[in-house]
Amino acid sequence: MSTTATADRPVTGRLIREHVLRESRRANVGHIGSALSIADIVAALYGGILRIADPADPERDRFILSKGHAALALYAALTLRGWISEDQLATYCGDDSLLGVHPESALAGVDFCTGSLGQGLPMAVGSALAARKSGSARRVFVLLSDAELNEGSTWEAVMFAAQHNLSNLTVFVDSNGQQALGYTKDVIAIDNTVERFAAFGWYAKAVDGHDVAALQAAVSAAGNDPRPRALVARTVFGRGVSYMQSQIKWHYMPMSAEEFAQAMDEVAAT
Amino acid sequence: MRSTLARTLAELGRADPRILLLTADLGFMALEPFSDALPDQFINVGVAEQNMVGIATGLAEGGYIPFLYSIAPFASLRPYEFIRNGPVLHHLPVRIVGVGAGFEYGHAGPTHHGIDDAAALRPQAGLTIVTPADHLQMRSALLATWDHDGPVYYRIGKDEKTTIPGLDGRFRTGRAEIVREGRDCAFVTMGAIAADVCAAADALEERGISATVAVVATFNPSPVEDIAALAAEHRLIVSVEAHSVNGGLGSLVAEAIAETGAGSRLVRLGVRTPPDARSGSQRFYHDLHGLGRDAIVERVLSLVARTPA
Repeated sequence: MSTTATADRPVTGRLIREHVLRESRRANVGHIGSALSIADIVAALYGGILRIADPADPERDRFILSKGHAALALYAALTLRGWISEDQLATYCGDDSLLGVHPESALAGVDFCTGSLGQGLPMAVGSALAARKSGSARRVFVLLSDAELNEGSTWEAVMFAAQHNLSNLTVFVDSNGQQALGYTKDVIAIDNTVERFAAFGWYAKAVDGHDVAALQAAVSAAGNDPRPRALVARTVFGRGVSYMQSQIKWHYMPMSAEEFAQAMDEVAAT
Repeated sequence: MRSTLARTLAELGRADPRILLLTADLGFMALEPFSDALPDQFINVGVAEQNMVGIATGLAEGGYIPFLYSIAPFASLRPYEFIRNGPVLHHLPVRIVGVGAGFEYGHAGPTHHGIDDAAALRPQAGLTIVTPADHLQMRSALLATWDHDGPVYYRIGKDEKTTIPGLDGRFRTGRAEIVREGRDCAFVTMGAIAADVCAAADALEERGISATVAVVATFNPSPVEDIAALAAEHRLIVSVEAHSVNGGLGSLVAEAIAETGAGSRLVRLGVRTPPDARSGSQRFYHDLHGLGRDAIVERVLSLVARTPA
């Protein structure tokens, strides 16, 4: 296993989306819209924000993909960084693979197993607290779905992080306004997410979730603020593929050959 | 046991700063030996058991050994899936302490009774479940397991005085401890109710019945071979627990006997009925479920008379 980043390989939203589409088609599985929604956030993280020279270094920044069902976007980024090979990526959803639908921490570059919603932020809080207590400069980033804000455990962790001023913790909320069976406005409306985090004592800002430079700048802009940070990233579910965008069914549906061809054409044109 | 745990943990924590103690806002007049001595290693996370287990998972990944404290059902059942997907799935050294095993919080009522925690947690392969019978064994068990690689659940009581005759604080992971040897039947028990079982064995001795008493202090990994050996030597095995027999010690002993082909008769004493509206002391609940000393004696007397040699 390579333990060094290949800095000459860019990590872009377009390259992540192409991997997502190819592997989803090959494995004939869904969760495509969710992965496309976070592609630019993951690109911002692995293309600049995260300080990870070596995924085995205990002093690396941590990243927790709390919405684990979008793991394919993470696997794509790990491939682009050179931590997993394209051959390994091609085992996605195969037998005896470390690349399942949800991330497994035995895989190089994955810090925590996720898949059950509402568990990522509590673990991230513990990880940030561990860094603080041990005097480490490492930081912790966690990506939540907006639907995950339905989970009470998320808010338990939000309150604890504020109480302990965990400024080394940054939450990205993938605010695409959708959940598995419907639009958030029709299920549990949470359109004032920035205000909610701010009310709980967090540094909270809205950011364009498809603008990599803006996402990276939003992390820097928090500066030395003593509070934990919530960056509510406005995103479009299925971003980059016209027929998937904001369509509930693409939470679960796999693509046909024709749909795949169209999707690849559209993403290549971005 | 809980004060013994706090004192012993403070000794360990002074020597090893990786040890942290987290509580979900419980432990008044119990945890002070640790929290007063090592305030920087003590965190009250608030009334948030799920978050506590999640935090501990993150702390353990970062090199710490977090101990989590709450009343048994709140420590085990409320955050159950966090335990499963956190310390168990990641194989991390998180230690969960559930206090009030059995009916120790008697008057507090069914919400506070620890009568299903061990059964619920047993399917979590890789989770060591420690069930000490007295405070001396609590201390030995903690000293033996605090730096274990994987996660541990400690199912403990509040009694700091009673000791089990013949146990002398012995503890071995995966083994049962024989505290008394007899011919006519063998008791297999776990937790503080072992004291009542020993008292029942004394009373039976006066009636001419000699009983072995085995204490199971590691529910997982289970002492299957020790139980099978008892079954080979006794025609009657009686499991006694302040816990549900279904999924609890009674089930464990039944499996050990069945899977090893031993031919003993097994009788399981423990909780079998749902909670009702009445509440009372620990003694009240033990009597309600046929777990008092005299009830155990009468049951064994009737069984020995009916169990063929």
